Amino acid sequence: MNPGTVLAAAAHHPGFLSPTGVEITFVLVGLATLGAALLTVTTKQLVHAALWLVVALGGLAVEYLLLTAEFIAWVQVLIYVGSVVVLLLFGLMLTKAPIGRSPDADSGNRWVAVGVAGAAAVTLVWVVVDAFRSTWINLHGAVQGTSHATGTSLFRHWVLPFEALSVLLLAALVGAIVLSRRTDGGKETE
Amino acid sequence: MNDTLDVVLRLIAVLVVFLVLPLVVGQTEHKVMAHMQGRLGPMYAGGFHGWAQLVADGVKFAQKEDVVPADADRRVFQLAPAVALLPYLLVLIAIPVGPHGFVGQALDAGLFFVLAVMGVGVLGSLMAGWASANKFSLLGALRTAAQLMAYELPMLLAAASVAMAAGTLSLPGIVESYHWWWTLWQLVGGLVFFCAGLAELQRPPFDMPVADSEIIFGAYTEYTGLRFALFLLAEYAGIVVLCGLTTVLFLGGWHGPWAGSVGWLWTLLKTAVLAFVVIWLRVSYPRLREDQLQKLAWTVLIPLSLAQIALTGVVKVVIS
Repeated sequence: MNPGTVLAAAAHHPGFLSPTGVEITFVLVGLATLGAALLTVTTKQLVHAALWLVVALGGLAVEYLLLTAEFIAWVQVLIYVGSVVVLLLFGLMLTKAPIGRSPDADSGNRWVAVGVAGAAAVTLVWVVVDAFRSTWINLHGAVQGTSHATGTSLFRHWVLPFEALSVLLLAALVGAIVLSRRTDGGKETE
Repeated sequence: MNDTLDVVLRLIAVLVVFLVLPLVVGQTEHKVMAHMQGRLGPMYAGGFHGWAQLVADGVKFAQKEDVVPADADRRVFQLAPAVALLPYLLVLIAIPVGPHGFVGQALDAGLFFVLAVMGVGVLGSLMAGWASANKFSLLGALRTAAQLMAYELPMLLAAASVAMAAGTLSLPGIVESYHWWWTLWQLVGGLVFFCAGLAELQRPPFDMPVADSEIIFGAYTEYTGLRFALFLLAEYAGIVVLCGLTTVLFLGGWHGPWAGSVGWLWTLLKTAVLAFVVIWLRVSYPRLREDQLQKLAWTVLIPLSLAQIALTGVVKVVIS
């Protein structure tokens, strides 16, 4: 049996015992992402934590790419790596984050945080595994995550959640403006 | 096998472009600035009008000692130039040069890819500024971050306007659906995009983060030798990428007379003209102050880009 038929058979009858190259890559990238995420919360150096966060978020983008969700992957890079982390670094630099260990980078709530994170992770993994147990993405057929497909499903089937999220973000925006104006010392500028 | 060879050849071509074009822009900057200021510029290296000046500069940089300050965060400090430079190489892969698949790799969401990856380059400056353990570097990095956050939004909005007009996010697709009157229709968006791009590259008049009279050279103050050269290369690669993108999005890329055969020449020509404008702006405008920078972004560019999006939407509905 030549390798071509083996691959074709694996593509037709997906299973956990005959992983394809993409699946192996997916698991490896996932492990790297998990490692970077753990380093983010355990490192004692504040800016290093932000930089490990870049690695973790970038790893997530690669996972999206491997799941053929190209559009979501680039949005992930644009919003999280390009903007959120830059904002985070900006904030850290304003606090004169020192080079080397920050002695007060530890929190007394460590074990509570571990508990919450563990519970959230277990819930998410359980829900996702339960929902997508037997779903396989056909990598050789039509790409399912193109911007066209994403846009169609977003604006045909998921318009209401989309609009609700927009209103939520608008409320956050207004709230931020209100909060930042109040710190002026109550002076009206108009 | 043929497919692999095709991909490898395309990547090599992109790499060659990435290594050559920024140097051409740099040399042009030397000569154009010199002539605008009534000088001759480099005249000796290489013989003919100093054409090899930047090669000589490269050799000089490679010979210099690579110093890492004692108090710096070594690994972050050494990694920063690569983080600043590599995104531009990746972006070049997605920019279409000519019709019929004359592009490194056509991507479905190419516009998003390009903008997302360009935004990552700024992390290099931030890492450099923080890891140098130098207050001038830190100030430069702070200004870089503030500038990026202010100018990223108008740039995205202007690009979104083009995507709306073309009805696609793919860069070759956008150029294919271009008509000559688009340049007028998207004129405001184009200007906003170009200005915001200049600000993201920290080119004059938006070079407050590297203002030499105040903070020496901003985030790059502590760098020497090859690593410093990589930051400079990133700046010029950024110019090439920005001009190429503006050409593709707003000036119609390969469209022009005989586009079928010499389309790639049109793209290069338009990119070169824009690069000339970038140099011209450096010579003619004084540096904007930090508050002026922020004011320009939030009170001029963002409203203009929003107005452009509204205009695009209205025209798009009317003509369809």
